[in-house]
Amino acid sequence: MCDTCGCNITEGNRHLLRADGSHAKVTAVSVLNKLLQHNDDQAQANRALLDSHGVLTINLMSSPGSGKTSLLEATIKALKGALRIAVIEGDLETENDAARIRALGVEAHQITTGTACHLDAHLVAKVLPQLELEHLDVLFIENVGNLVCPASFDLGHHLNLTLLSVTEGDDKPAKYPVMFRAADAMLLSKTDLLTVLEEFSPERAEACLRNLASKAPVIRVSAKTGEGMQEWLGWLYQRLEHYREMRRENLSLRPAVQSEGRKLHGLAQPELRFKPVSKLETV
Amino acid sequence: MHELSVCMELIDQVEAIARTHNAERVETIVLQIGSLAGVEPSLLENAFEIARLGTVAEHAELRTERVEPRIRCQVCSHEADAGPSDLRCPACGGTDTALIAGEEMILARVELLQPAD
Repeated sequence: MCDTCGCNITEGNRHLLRADGSHAKVTAVSVLNKLLQHNDDQAQANRALLDSHGVLTINLMSSPGSGKTSLLEATIKALKGALRIAVIEGDLETENDAARIRALGVEAHQITTGTACHLDAHLVAKVLPQLELEHLDVLFIENVGNLVCPASFDLGHHLNLTLLSVTEGDDKPAKYPVMFRAADAMLLSKTDLLTVLEEFSPERAEACLRNLASKAPVIRVSAKTGEGMQEWLGWLYQRLEHYREMRRENLSLRPAVQSEGRKLHGLAQPELRFKPVSKLETV
Repeated sequence: MHELSVCMELIDQVEAIARTHNAERVETIVLQIGSLAGVEPSLLENAFEIARLGTVAEHAELRTERVEPRIRCQVCSHEADAGPSDLRCPACGGTDTALIAGEEMILARVELLQPAD
């Protein structure tokens, strides 16, 4: 959905735009504005800054404890000397995750959100100036562990990576459709435990994802044994190459689910915002 | 829950609209929330109770209109209502569908009380 082209006007709400011409004291204003417009504007500014330095930025989302930081540690070790990486860590409290990343010699900034359950574009904007963006290839943003809220906030990143560990239920994509629909790739993590977790079916997890009309690849990885790391890194390199091609044409990337919305609704300029109408019933 | 963050942005937008229209106060706020928007209307209403305090919307009523998911099949062009966790095409069974409604998070309308002329 966008608020720019009038696509928000549907058969269900068109009546809100009609004025009855009377001079009632109460005025109804049709707005049809995105509720998170402020966040989305900041996200767009973040994306422009990242694009000016060509830094592919990936938002990692999952439940708490599904192995986001372990995946990052294994990824950093595997890419040492090949790609320049930095990490933004989001947690309610502690610097523990950032410390784990820094121990590997990689720049990491911790955002502690206090009680907030997600990162937003403004929190990320405060950290970006502290990073040496001109010396980076890839920025990972490890979002707060939560399968609900982070999916609603654009941070200005280019890709969403959603982890589902095999210690969780394989029907999670069906239970949390908003989160899993947003994934550009779904990583099944901790696959070394599959031998003792017979109840988890990777096929069922993938079927639940496909039911959400998602074409995202499903990659099985174990940060512990290294299984699937080549496939995950192959995907990462392929997306980085694609991003660089886009940048050469002065274009950018957005998570697939956001691009889909933009394609559906076009990018025309607003005509209908703040169009005043009179209230239909008398007060 | 992130409903409070959403409400704070909502209040910012409503205050700006009230200023533009020289309103004394806000009577009603109407939202459209898709069931795939990731926002729960009842939690949004609870958060609104807090967020509106001390603002021009302090006495406003919040109404949310639920928008259910609707898909268009990219293969057979069939359009249909869908469940939040099953966006397949009911006609051909395909999974290549586009969501055409259901992820809205929109401020649809604000009713303002303006000073009498």
